Amino acid sequence: MPEFIIVNNMKCGYSGSFMLEQINFEIEKGSFTGIIGPNGSGKTTLFKAITGEILIKKGNILLNSTDTSTMSPRKKARKIAIVTQNTEAADISVGDYVLMGRMPYKSHFQLFENKEDEVLANKFMELTGVFKLKNKLMCELSGGEQQLAAIARALTQEPNLLLLDEPTSHLDISHQMQILNLIQQLNENLNLTVLMIIHDLNLAGEYCDYLVMMNNGEVFAKGKPEEVLNYKNIEKVYKTVVITQENPFSKKPTILLVSAKTLNGIRND
Amino acid sequence: MRGKYFKQGIGILVLLILLILSILLALSVGEINFSIKELVEISRNKTGIEYTIISNIRFPRILLGLSVGGALSLAGVILQGVYRNPLVEPYTLGISGGAALGVAITIVFNLNIVLGLYMLPLSGFLGAISTVFIVYILSISKNRFNINKMLLIGVMISFISSSSMMFLLSTTTAENLHSIVFWIMGSLDEPNMLLVKSVFYASIAGLCITYLFANPLNALRLGESKAKHLGVNTSFTIRVLFITASVLTGISVSVAGVIGFVGLIIPHLLRLVIGSDYRILLLASFLGGSIFVIVCDVISRTIIAPNELPIGVITGMIGGLVFIVVISKSKFKNH
Repeated sequence: MPEFIIVNNMKCGYSGSFMLEQINFEIEKGSFTGIIGPNGSGKTTLFKAITGEILIKKGNILLNSTDTSTMSPRKKARKIAIVTQNTEAADISVGDYVLMGRMPYKSHFQLFENKEDEVLANKFMELTGVFKLKNKLMCELSGGEQQLAAIARALTQEPNLLLLDEPTSHLDISHQMQILNLIQQLNENLNLTVLMIIHDLNLAGEYCDYLVMMNNGEVFAKGKPEEVLNYKNIEKVYKTVVITQENPFSKKPTILLVSAKTLNGIRND
Repeated sequence: MRGKYFKQGIGILVLLILLILSILLALSVGEINFSIKELVEISRNKTGIEYTIISNIRFPRILLGLSVGGALSLAGVILQGVYRNPLVEPYTLGISGGAALGVAITIVFNLNIVLGLYMLPLSGFLGAISTVFIVYILSISKNRFNINKMLLIGVMISFISSSSMMFLLSTTTAENLHSIVFWIMGSLDEPNMLLVKSVFYASIAGLCITYLFANPLNALRLGESKAKHLGVNTSFTIRVLFITASVLTGISVSVAGVIGFVGLIIPHLLRLVIGSDYRILLLASFLGGSIFVIVCDVISRTIIAPNELPIGVITGMIGGLVFIVVISKSKFKNH
């Protein structure tokens, strides 16, 4: 399978402060990749480099063989759709918000959406389960519903790549699972390439096919979850003692946390 | 599909009808009152003193009111969209202060002799545009546009120009003082039809340019970075809209003086009625501003007839009161 995204010896960041150096990894088309790493390790900076919010100083990011820094904002928005962690709490109806996903396809002279745009938006609202909330305002929705609407909007952009920046960080486990199950379905059914920053290592291990572990502005480890999520890597990067096990059903790695008190107890025994 | 834009469509229709009614009111009311029937007759005959009153005095005022009201309200709604702040209006950014300072300098240093009649509007316009230019240049750092910095610099420039104005006012002669104050208070009494027409065409052009950016303005409601994610070239959009709003304000202020509150009140009230979709709100604000200024002008020239009150007094008082009543009665949502 050809590589869909190639991050090529890239250097980027904020001059004088934080920098990402020598970032290299490839993502296959249709894969579900997670970016993990502690706070301040450079996950969001990497994301901003892909979306074009910060300039790449060296190297490049190729999306389907096209350098992303040469793409116009409109063209990029047709290829890459983004769902961020903070919700879009504007006083705008869910229906209108999801329709905004058609913006990259509209010319300056097209004021209103056409029938096809409406059909597409309705389809993705039904798929994500927010169709019944169509006439509600975004600011009236719960956090989980807002994220579902954001995913519907992202899908309406008909992207090749779905970028998610901690989409479940403010949600309870039931909503976290709901969102991630949906993303997994989209990844499989629509063959949508997904790249997601995620903090929860158990969720990362369970849902992602491939993980990129960041540390201090560098890629520390990359590969299948069982290759990346071992206790040595986690201890080194997160400076925390953990126990890793295999989930008996999914055969994916799961992580058990050990508090300092328990750890001291074990040592004393 | 009928439902979606039906309410907004009705809103625009109602505003259009109100605009026609306000124009008819402004044509018929004054020192001499005409009935609608008389108006039709006068416009058919095209002779006599009545026709002169209608075509040379009342019509230019209405056209100027329509243009200035529309332009100021449009500039307000644009800036509120760009800054995502409902309290920004054209004057917050020091545009009117700059215009007033330009006029004051021209009067104090007696520069009127250069271009005669055109000198005051020109100096007002130059004052407004140079203020905008300074705000614009100071807000760009590392080739990027900082919106919040721009707002703060605008407010500061506004203070500096009003202090400079005070300085000029306190040091100049009584005669100059009178001319400056008279100009600042604002009036739609502009004898030069060419200027009136220019303001009209400029305001219509401003409306057309803004409409090209109606969808990007909608995307900016989600914030600059989310608008970028939707493919909007935010920095270009903000620059074009900012310049458009500034030129609209500069032109209005330079011909009609400082007419306050229009850009703040009208978009706010219309948002409460027809929502924040800029594809509707831009036109609605233009029409609303036109109606408001035309009606306020009728009041300003009839309330103490045969004398005339500065229109800024009326827009401030009526607008402010209506605004307070509507806001306190509506279920005002704080976001």
